[in-house]
Amino acid sequence: MARSTFIYVTYIRTTPEKLWSALTEDVEFMKQYWFGVHCESQWKAGSSWKIVAGDGQILDAGEIVEADPPRRLVIRWQHQKRPELKEEGESRCTIELEPSGTAVKLSITHTIEREPSKFIEAVSGGWPKIISNLKSLLETGSTVLQDPYPAGNQR
Amino acid sequence: MAERQDTDLLFKALADPSRRRLLDLLHAHDGRTLNELCEHMDMTRQGVTQHLALLEAANLVATVWRGREKLHFLNPVPLQEIYERWIAKFEKPRLKALSKLKRRLEKPDG
Repeated sequence: MARSTFIYVTYIRTTPEKLWSALTEDVEFMKQYWFGVHCESQWKAGSSWKIVAGDGQILDAGEIVEADPPRRLVIRWQHQKRPELKEEGESRCTIELEPSGTAVKLSITHTIEREPSKFIEAVSGGWPKIISNLKSLLETGSTVLQDPYPAGNQR
Repeated sequence: MAERQDTDLLFKALADPSRRRLLDLLHAHDGRTLNELCEHMDMTRQGVTQHLALLEAANLVATVWRGREKLHFLNPVPLQEIYERWIAKFEKPRLKALSKLKRRLEKPDG
């Protein structure tokens, strides 16, 4: 079957527990590295999941398929805001945490069963910035980017 | 893994035209096998394998097993880190200076 996948891997000098918390229940921490956006869920298999913008708008929604803290999280993920992305249907995001020396290897795999996919194209622009901010916030206590699209780069 | 070592591996991995070509190939179409990549490379299979191993060590390529096939994916996260560390920081003052100049030149009273 035709599918679009991307994989992001990074090594973060932290513990799996801290990273898990940063990716799930620690909403205030998440807003700091995810440009004001946060996720809402009970983080258990079968519970609903959504991404909420600073103004309360729901950007993405779905369900937790698997949750094995602090190792593995699988989310059924559908975009909600832009019609052309929503109509592509559900994607699947797998987040894996694996201890590696003094760091944790974080792998994010996002797949949709269609090729090409506007959705995958759209999220793949955001993930590297989010992950890079998350790494920096956990390792140094501050983020590198406050805005996903810095004003100087827009024109 | 020390910070410096990561960075050295990354720049070394990028400092080779064949390895940059492999990254371009994966950018055009992600999730390829070694065989698929070899078709586009003018070198031996062992050569391509070695280049891919260096790219993987630098975390620029991530691999996933699907059945008996090893698929290669471009991992852009280290490139984003290079951008933030080596580009954004240096271009900001220049962009600011340019926009200041533009505003001054475009002022109606010159």
